[in-house]
Amino acid sequence: MLAWTIYLSFAGALVLALLPKGKPALARWLALVMTIAGLALAVQGFIAGMGQGRIVLIDLPWVPSMGIHFLLAADGISRVLVLLTGLAAVAGVLFSWNIELRTNEFFAFYLALIGGVYGVFLSFDLFLLFVFYEIAIVPKYFLIAIWGSTRREYAAMKLAIYSFAGSAMVLIGLLAAYATAGSHSTGLIELTHANLPVSFQMWCFPLVFTGFAILAGMWPFHTWAPTGHVAAPTAASMLLAGVVMKLGAYGCLRVGIALFPRGLDPWGFSFIGIGSWRDVFAVLAVIGIVYGALVALAQTDFKFVIGYSSVSHMGFVLLGLMTLNQIGITGAVMQMSSHGIIAGLLFAIVGRIVYDRTHTRQLAELETMHLSKRLPFAAGAFVVAGIASIGMPGFSGFVAELQVLVGAWIAKPWWALVAGVGIVVGVAYTWRAMQKAFFADTLPTPDEHRTGWPKCAAITWPEITGVGLLAGVSLFVGLYPKILLDAIEPAVKALLAGGVQ
Amino acid sequence: MNYADLFRVTLPETALEIAALLVLIVDLGFLRKLALKVRVAVAALLGVTGCGAALWAIYAVYPSTMDLVPLDIGVQLNMFTVVPQTGILVLTAVSLLLFIDSDFTCNVGEYAAVVLMAAAGGLLVASAHDLLVIFIGLELLSLGLYILTAFAKKSGKSAEAALKYYLFGGMSAAFLLFGFSYLYGLSGSTNIYEIQRTITISGSSPLFIVAWILVVAGLGFKVAVVPFHLWAPDTYEGAPAPAAAFIASVSKVASFALLLTLSLAWFMPNWMVEGDKVTLGRYFQSLYQTWPPLAIILLVVAVASMILGNLAALAQVSVRRLLAYSAIAHAGYILLGIAVMPSLSVFEGNGFSYHIVWMLARRSAAAVLYYILTYGLTTIGAFGVVSVVERATGSDRLDSFLGLHKRNPLLASVLGVLFLSLAGIPPLVGFWAKFNLFAAVLGVSAGPVPFALVALAVAMSAVSLYYYLQVLKRAYVMPAVDETPIKAHPVTLAVLVAIAAAVVVLGCFPALLQGWIESFYPR
Repeated sequence: MLAWTIYLSFAGALVLALLPKGKPALARWLALVMTIAGLALAVQGFIAGMGQGRIVLIDLPWVPSMGIHFLLAADGISRVLVLLTGLAAVAGVLFSWNIELRTNEFFAFYLALIGGVYGVFLSFDLFLLFVFYEIAIVPKYFLIAIWGSTRREYAAMKLAIYSFAGSAMVLIGLLAAYATAGSHSTGLIELTHANLPVSFQMWCFPLVFTGFAILAGMWPFHTWAPTGHVAAPTAASMLLAGVVMKLGAYGCLRVGIALFPRGLDPWGFSFIGIGSWRDVFAVLAVIGIVYGALVALAQTDFKFVIGYSSVSHMGFVLLGLMTLNQIGITGAVMQMSSHGIIAGLLFAIVGRIVYDRTHTRQLAELETMHLSKRLPFAAGAFVVAGIASIGMPGFSGFVAELQVLVGAWIAKPWWALVAGVGIVVGVAYTWRAMQKAFFADTLPTPDEHRTGWPKCAAITWPEITGVGLLAGVSLFVGLYPKILLDAIEPAVKALLAGGVQ
Repeated sequence: MNYADLFRVTLPETALEIAALLVLIVDLGFLRKLALKVRVAVAALLGVTGCGAALWAIYAVYPSTMDLVPLDIGVQLNMFTVVPQTGILVLTAVSLLLFIDSDFTCNVGEYAAVVLMAAAGGLLVASAHDLLVIFIGLELLSLGLYILTAFAKKSGKSAEAALKYYLFGGMSAAFLLFGFSYLYGLSGSTNIYEIQRTITISGSSPLFIVAWILVVAGLGFKVAVVPFHLWAPDTYEGAPAPAAAFIASVSKVASFALLLTLSLAWFMPNWMVEGDKVTLGRYFQSLYQTWPPLAIILLVVAVASMILGNLAALAQVSVRRLLAYSAIAHAGYILLGIAVMPSLSVFEGNGFSYHIVWMLARRSAAAVLYYILTYGLTTIGAFGVVSVVERATGSDRLDSFLGLHKRNPLLASVLGVLFLSLAGIPPLVGFWAKFNLFAAVLGVSAGPVPFALVALAVAMSAVSLYYYLQVLKRAYVMPAVDETPIKAHPVTLAVLVAIAAAVVVLGCFPALLQGWIESFYPR
């Protein structure tokens, strides 16, 4: 049934694209129904797959002469990420309820993007995975360029170029792996068992890993992320941070690490303490954690704070992957799902609830607006989201980051120490933004005394539902992480054991 | 030589020539007084029927001519010619259908007749294996193209483009003929298999390399690769749109088919059974001596085309010129597929039998043909869209595409599909064509050089996305200046939608076309 998440999304995109113009309400409801159906299928698939390994959903020969299969399957990691995608998709539709410009096209691109994301998480054929990966990139460009804000055309083109540069690297790796393995099959499992030569893995691993990691926001290739997030319309930034960056991280894990495990072996020499690709990427991840957090601390634009915080949080995912131990990688997958929810929530609050009412994202201007009194719902929601984001116990981020740190400590203690600094700075920038945006104690001006604050538009039901959904899930996962861990751990174990589950 | 065989082998060309004469007679004899629209429609339909008849002729005849030993007849009609010939005929028919909407000329009969004769030249080129026949076919094709370029008599640009095209073309024909004369002088024969046999036995000489360079210069002009590409942007810009579409697709298919014939000749083991007592070791040795220099020349040209074509396209403001530079880049990718024939791997492992070498060469050929056929189809569609927009706005500049999604949503979505396919975005056919081609390159020849070349090609196709997006950005993203709807002729629109649908379907089910092509190039 999980495969239907993909078909349903693409069918929805097609129907919405063909829908007559001028019926925004219909388009909205259709998109909501489609995404809810996708979420329902994801939940059903998650529950049905509990305690099971890899389940093959469909396996058809696609190009028989080249050994390419239309192979969709799901293991624990896939099921968790599909669930996340379903959630983010529903929330994204709820927070785009106010899109009036070319509504049907907006949701058509949106669903096409979602369909591609589902496809990547469920593909177990490298060629198919790449196809879905690229399908997910094109709608992003149009979502940002048409419906975005601040410097949207620049940001959209930048994002497209970074994405395609990354996917070109992946394509080279895919072609090379296919040819080196004898041009028989592009199945991930077949390629894993193809005994690719170590020397080949040594150059192909960094290529493919970097290609995917660009989309995961790895420092120093992260610069598309903040500009893209800021320019994107709310739903698109929720999806970008929530699931699209996870595509990159997922690719790093499923393709980079699983296919080229020997590429992580030591080089045999070391230079200032760096003796393998693993060290290189771990250092980049750690730099990303600290750098993203420090830059977030200095931002004057509310959305940029969240944008850079995403870079920092994705650094944890990459660091978790590079620990190469059970707990670290489990933590990385947890962090993927946790950050997908929390970043979505933060972007929704900043980009939709606050910005659409105040029409500014400058912290200096928000300071004078007394938002904690005028928009108590937004302030409350941001406090919850902020607490979740800095990794307080009780929310999903805590479990994830703790596991990553433990994994990093086992691998190399100093990685964990530096990443810990990143967490502390994370508290600082979240608190600073929260304080400036909502709780600044500037005195009301005489004018405001006389007339009172101008009314903000009332909070609408889609906003309340969306915030409730995301915050609730983060809390639930934080209190009962076992529900995801039980799915992730066996899959990670199988993956580390040198095969796919 | 047996004239009955010759007649059977050239039946498709004959069908086209008869159709060309029929078009002329009908148009000049009976329809002179009728409205232009009717005449255009009749001429185009007659032309399409002619293509259909030629197509039928191919499939009716080739099973019986397949086994003819292609030594004494200058043309052949066998497994290897069916695919390019079918492609040429289908693409000709599509470009004739796009002609229905045109009003750039009142000499419609002549236009259709010239198209059909040029297509006959294309068929000849794709099936010839004798230098003289090759040259005649090429000239038939080229002269037709020069005339077609100049067909918009009221347009100064058209005349200028035709003159440039003609002058460059004349020079390149001279190069080609000069190269052919060397080949003849070296081998004493005009048959390419004979030439290959002689050179294999007597060994390669520097003069042979010179001859090959001259041939590559001549053919490089036809397929528009750097540094012989200078005519392309002007011609693409100045020629009437249906003619430009024809030049960009049909003539490319024919010329690449010829390049394939010339290259495959080096790998074809046919001559070994012909009685010469040449051992297998000698076969490999000769390949080792003769092919790599040829391949290197092709590679240099391919790399230069990929880089220059893509980079120059970035700076274009005219969409037709943009398509011209992108065509140069695509020609570079295709040449890569031809140049990296099994050569390199042969010499690394000695365990190869010539069967495997020959199998790998056919694999490359199948991938190249897949690419050029689908590229031709896509590019005809792209020119169709450009011509509709051009007629509505009066220019083919990037800015005339502003707000196309409002002015004609269907046309905008066709444009989107075609351009994304040219850029190589899955699940469209352009992506599969690239993947297949690059996989074939790496599959037939491992080692750092092919990897580097493929890496360059993939990187360059990532660059290409930027300029394709520039067009799509104007069609979808940027605000419209003028929102009046653009109307397209229903037939044109139907053809364009059909092309876009084919691009999507072939991209989603690549095995359809792949299987068909590979049935003629069995593994």
